[in-house]
Amino acid sequence: MSTNYEVREHDVLIIGAGGAGLRAAIEALAQGASVGVVCKSLLGKAHTVMAEGGIAAAMANVDPADNWKVHFRDTMSGGKFLNNWRMAQLHAQEAPDRVRELEQWGALFDRTEKGEILQRAFGGHTFKRLCHVGDRTGLELIRTLQDRGVQQGVDCYMECTVTRLLVENGRFAGAFAYWRENGRFIVFKAKAVVIATGGIGKAWTVTSNSWEYTGDGMALAYEAGAELMDMEFVQFHPTGMVWPPGVQGILVTEAVRGEGGILRNKLGERFMEKYDPKRLELSTRDVVARSIYTEVREGRGTEHGGAYLDISHKPAEYVKKKLPSMYHQFKELADVDITKEPMEVGPTCHYMMGGIRVEADTGQSSMPGIFAAGEAAAGLHGANRLGGNSLSDLLVFGRRAGMAAAAHAQKTAYASLDNAQMQEAERELLAPFSNKGESPYAIHRDLQTVMQSLVGIYRNAEDLKRALNELQMLKARAAAASVEGSRMYNPGWHLVGELKSMLIIAEAVTKSAMARTESRGAHSRIDYPDLDKQWGQKHNIIVEQRGEMVRRELPIPPMPDDLKQVLAEQQ
Amino acid sequence: MSTGTEKIAMAETVLRVFRGDAGGGALVDYKVPVAPGMVVLDALHYIQGHLAPDLAVRWNCKAGKCGSCSAEVNGRPRLTCKTRMDELPKDEPIVVMPMKSFPRIKDLVTDVSWNYRVNKKILPFQPRPGTNWKISQLDVDRVQEFRKCIECFLCQNVCHVLRDHDKKEQFAGPRFFVRVAGLEMHPLDGANREGLLKDELGLGLCNITKCCTEVCPESIHITDNAIIPLKERVVDEFYDPLTMLFRKMRGSSEKRT
Repeated sequence: MSTNYEVREHDVLIIGAGGAGLRAAIEALAQGASVGVVCKSLLGKAHTVMAEGGIAAAMANVDPADNWKVHFRDTMSGGKFLNNWRMAQLHAQEAPDRVRELEQWGALFDRTEKGEILQRAFGGHTFKRLCHVGDRTGLELIRTLQDRGVQQGVDCYMECTVTRLLVENGRFAGAFAYWRENGRFIVFKAKAVVIATGGIGKAWTVTSNSWEYTGDGMALAYEAGAELMDMEFVQFHPTGMVWPPGVQGILVTEAVRGEGGILRNKLGERFMEKYDPKRLELSTRDVVARSIYTEVREGRGTEHGGAYLDISHKPAEYVKKKLPSMYHQFKELADVDITKEPMEVGPTCHYMMGGIRVEADTGQSSMPGIFAAGEAAAGLHGANRLGGNSLSDLLVFGRRAGMAAAAHAQKTAYASLDNAQMQEAERELLAPFSNKGESPYAIHRDLQTVMQSLVGIYRNAEDLKRALNELQMLKARAAAASVEGSRMYNPGWHLVGELKSMLIIAEAVTKSAMARTESRGAHSRIDYPDLDKQWGQKHNIIVEQRGEMVRRELPIPPMPDDLKQVLAEQQ
Repeated sequence: MSTGTEKIAMAETVLRVFRGDAGGGALVDYKVPVAPGMVVLDALHYIQGHLAPDLAVRWNCKAGKCGSCSAEVNGRPRLTCKTRMDELPKDEPIVVMPMKSFPRIKDLVTDVSWNYRVNKKILPFQPRPGTNWKISQLDVDRVQEFRKCIECFLCQNVCHVLRDHDKKEQFAGPRFFVRVAGLEMHPLDGANREGLLKDELGLGLCNITKCCTEVCPESIHITDNAIIPLKERVVDEFYDPLTMLFRKMRGSSEKRT
């Protein structure tokens, strides 16, 4: 064991270079902190790049009646009132400024006739609220933040994976990581960390998420002693591709429905009339996903087990202009011309509402010096996220976490790094080379099957119990996983660490889902199909105690009168 | 990374994949079951998952949006996530090589860090003072083409100035001319990048053979819409006698839009 690691020092370390991580980096830099951003991929490839439909912000450019209060109400009601109300308030109030700021940094959004930022309709939003660039809003956002960050002088460690947070006397001290390219170890010494690593979709078979979405940041925080919250709330986006097999799960943006797309079953029935006659296709994602799932289960699905989504009644030129990447995606990958024929779509694992429990104003976790933002953090979205609220989440809370982390760093000295922890991290990383177990890929496939079949859209106690047992067995297999080859750019080896993260988070999801004996938002229990008032007043918390995963409940703090008033104003 | 390919295997094909590193390597054959609609990246994942777990492949979204999985398939630079197996000849092995213009790291992964260094040289967006941030959709449409770029670096890979002459120190490559075009034609940008284009980014070295345009997976008209207009700007700025005279008299150059 060597202790001569490459060591880098930064006031603020940021893990993840998607929207939240980059926005946090820009803010921490602006506060005068030295900032290092570590990311598993190349800069600009983070999951944010795949966001399509838009950024929700009550700018009232299209619908003048919109304002933060309506956005707040929509977010709370979409989240079935399990949201952290303070986060929902800050988000609704600050999102418009964050969008304008992007524009000032060079982002170019689609425009209204008056030359203002154009906004489109989306599920669960009362007004046309999503600022967008065709259906490639995420690319515009990440490129803008990337260029801004680079120009401001952020140090970026690309293709570098953090495997452990180092903790000294109950506070954050640094992080242990390896370079994916050559497998060498690197240690980051920092005063604060912002975890912005996104979600956990890769634990399911059918997902819109990229390989990076393995729950690393949540697992890192959990292992460092921080609390996770609301982990049972996993969003299945209603519309992923279902055919051909290789593209299963790839996202079909909600903007298709926002632009007037209609869902039908194989009998040609517009089935949303049955499930949500008022909002139809623009109902919230949990409702639309369950509706499609039910249609398929009851035998009214399409040839490949989905529903039809049709936009071909709109002029072909309009479709190509507003949904260019959908047009190409279907044309090139599925031989479907969406201007002429319907798409086949079905639910796909898309987003984690739960995550690291944070303070609303600062993104500070329950551990000093550890902050989180974006999908890795919990709170804003409650039991179900509205489309478009994710990109605004990244900007609003990325900025706040970056600011708070820089402030924390300013009044903190570096903690010393503990050799024992670093050596343990190294030992763990090297073990797969001498293990005699199986390939991590086989274990990963089995994990995905367990989560897909037992912890999916509809859940029940029996399945969840079985899943917990299966996860225990998978954990044992993962601990013995072995890899071939060298430490040079070795994806099998990389997967071993990610598998560990996925298993921790999958267990947290399953345990929380088991405990919540009600159906709320994205969490649907067949054995408890109704909302339960008691459960509506508490969060599930997951925390590690003496090496065990422990669950407890946390009451939702009472909402202040002014916000209650805002909710009461509902039409 | 199950793609469901195992379940509905219909036929088998051979993928001939480069395995090796900076020091050298060889092509290795892998038998892969083919499912309907399968893309080359699916086949590479099958190899990782079942045959060679240490096969190095760079990828992210597998949906043509991130530009990570660039490689040379049967000699043609492509995104492997958008290259359908059923478009390729059925009876011969599919040859997958790393991009040639960048140093090899391992297998299909190359060192593209040079691109990120070039990017840092580019003067970022600078709003013109006093703008009211009103923009017409027509002006937005004009530049959105350039902003579609997903940085797959296939244009860089295929450009002969880089591929055959390796002029990475003098020449920024098509990707970054596209980026500059996006900034220069931004309706509210007030910065001046003609000098940068001429001196630091080496725009003059491009002799518009359009190879970049041909391989762009986003169908950006790199040569016609980005490079040629930029060349015209540079010519106007530096080689037009009237402008030169005007500049001498004024002592500065005015930003054009």
